[in-house]
Amino acid sequence: MRIETDLDLCQGHAMCQLEAPEIFVVPRNGPVEITTDELAEADRARVEAAVRYCPTQALRLID
Amino acid sequence: MSTPKVVSGTDHLGELRSDPIELMRRVRAECGDVGAFDLAGRTVVLLTGASASEFFFRAPDEDLDQAGAYPFMTPIFGKGVVFDASPERRREALRNQALRGDMMRGHAQTIADEVGRMVAAWGDEGEIDLLGWFAELTIYTSSACLIGTKFRNQLDRRFAGLYHELERGTDALAFVDPYAPIESFRRRDAARAGLVELVEGIMAGREAGPPAAREDRDLLDVLMSLGTFSADEITGMFISMMFAGHHTSSGTAAWTLIELLRNPGYLDQVTAELDDLYAGGAEISFQALREIPLLESAVKEALRLHPPLILLLRAATRDLEVLDYEIPAGALVGASPAISNRIPEDFPDPGAFVPQRYGEPRQEDLVNRWTWIPFGAGRHRCVGANFALIQLKAIFSVLLRDWTFELAQPPGTYRNDHSKMVVQLAQPCAVRYRRRTS
Repeated sequence: MRIETDLDLCQGHAMCQLEAPEIFVVPRNGPVEITTDELAEADRARVEAAVRYCPTQALRLID
Repeated sequence: MSTPKVVSGTDHLGELRSDPIELMRRVRAECGDVGAFDLAGRTVVLLTGASASEFFFRAPDEDLDQAGAYPFMTPIFGKGVVFDASPERRREALRNQALRGDMMRGHAQTIADEVGRMVAAWGDEGEIDLLGWFAELTIYTSSACLIGTKFRNQLDRRFAGLYHELERGTDALAFVDPYAPIESFRRRDAARAGLVELVEGIMAGREAGPPAAREDRDLLDVLMSLGTFSADEITGMFISMMFAGHHTSSGTAAWTLIELLRNPGYLDQVTAELDDLYAGGAEISFQALREIPLLESAVKEALRLHPPLILLLRAATRDLEVLDYEIPAGALVGASPAISNRIPEDFPDPGAFVPQRYGEPRQEDLVNRWTWIPFGAGRHRCVGANFALIQLKAIFSVLLRDWTFELAQPPGTYRNDHSKMVVQLAQPCAVRYRRRTS
C-alpha cells in the first residue's frame, strides 16, 4: 500500500496534513511531501480520509 | 489548419452586455468546440467541450495569460496600486496562509457565528431579499476569515452596499474603455472612493488608540505597522483579496436555497441529513470539513446550473493551435462554465436540477473534469473552492437547523442579471423564513 501524488494538481491546501500529519507534510511554499514509502495497514482509514478530502484530487491510494 | 468560424450577428459586444449566455450558446451551436465572436475589434476564441476546454486549462501562463484579459477589474482594484507581488504570487500567498487546511476549522466556526449574528435580527417569521442578504453575509465572512474578525467588527452594512456598487461596475463596455462615461462606471468609482474613506476612518481610529497587543493584530494592523501603504493601497488590496470569493459565494448560497425550495422533496432529505449529523452533538466547525453528501450534491448542482463566472478569459501571447484551429497572437481566448456545464452528452437532462448525478456511480463532476467547471480546472482551478464549499456547508448547517424557508414569488421568476460581467441575482428575489419549532 502506497500513495501516488499528482503534483500538477496539488495546490498546497494541506487538508491531508490535517488527517495524517506524520504521513503528509505540506510546506508553506510547495506541494505535498509523503514521508514514508510503505504504509502500515493501521494507517489505511486516515490515508483514505486524506484522499477523500483532498480538494484537488491530487492523491491516490495504491494497494 | 483553419481559422475559427465567427458566429452570426453584427453586434457581439451588445449581446455580451445583454444576453451573454445566448451569444455563447450560439457560438457552440454554429461553430462547435472552437468558435469566435468579436469584442470591439478584438477576436475572442471560445472553447467549449472537453477537448477544447482541456487545452484551455492545461495551457501554461506563457501561452495563455490572465493579465490584461479582465480590463474591467483594473478600476476596481485601483490603478497604480503598488503590489509587491504578481497576482499569481498573491494567490499563492493567500492559499498558503488564510486558505490553508489548518485554518479551516476556525473559518467554519467564524462563518457559523456570522450567520448567527445576521439571523439574530430576524423575528419568528419574515421575508428577505436573497441578493442583499447573502451579499452582506459574505462581506462579513470573507472579511473576518481573510483580514480578521477585528476588522470585520468595524464594518457595517455600508461596506457591503459600496462593495455591491463596485461589482455592478463591471460592464463589458470596459473592453472598449474602462473609464467610459456611463452611470455604472461613475458609481463604481464613487463606491471605491467611499470604501477608501471607510478604511481611512478605521485606520485613523486605530492610530489614535493604543497599539494592538500582538495576539489581537489583524491584517490591517500588520499592513499599518509596515508604514509604507496608504489607505487607498490597503483598500485596493482588501478589495482584490475579497473579490473572487464574494459575489461567487453569495450567488451560490442564494441559488442553492432557491433550487432546494424548487425541489421540496430533496430539501426534506437534506434537512434530515443535517438533523441526523448534528443530533449527535457534532460541532459545525468539525462537520463542515467532513462530507455532507446530500447537501454537497445540491451545492454542486446549483454551481453547475448557475455558475457565478460564465466566461473565463485569457490572452494568447503567441500563435497557438487547438483541435486543428489557429489562434492568432493577441486574441482573447475564453472557456465558458455556463455552456460546458450543460453539455447534454456529459450531463443528461442538462437543464434540470438532478443532485443524484454526483452520487456513486455517476459522479458526473469527477468524470467530466474538463466540462464540469464551475471552479475552472487544472492548475488554475479556483484556490478558494475548498473554502467556498466549507463556507456553504457551514451556512446551511445553521440556516436549515433553525429555520424553514419558502419561495415568496413564482419559482420560475428567480433569474440572474447578466448585464454585467459579475453575474448577480436579479431582483425581486425574495424568500420567506419561519423559525423551526420542533
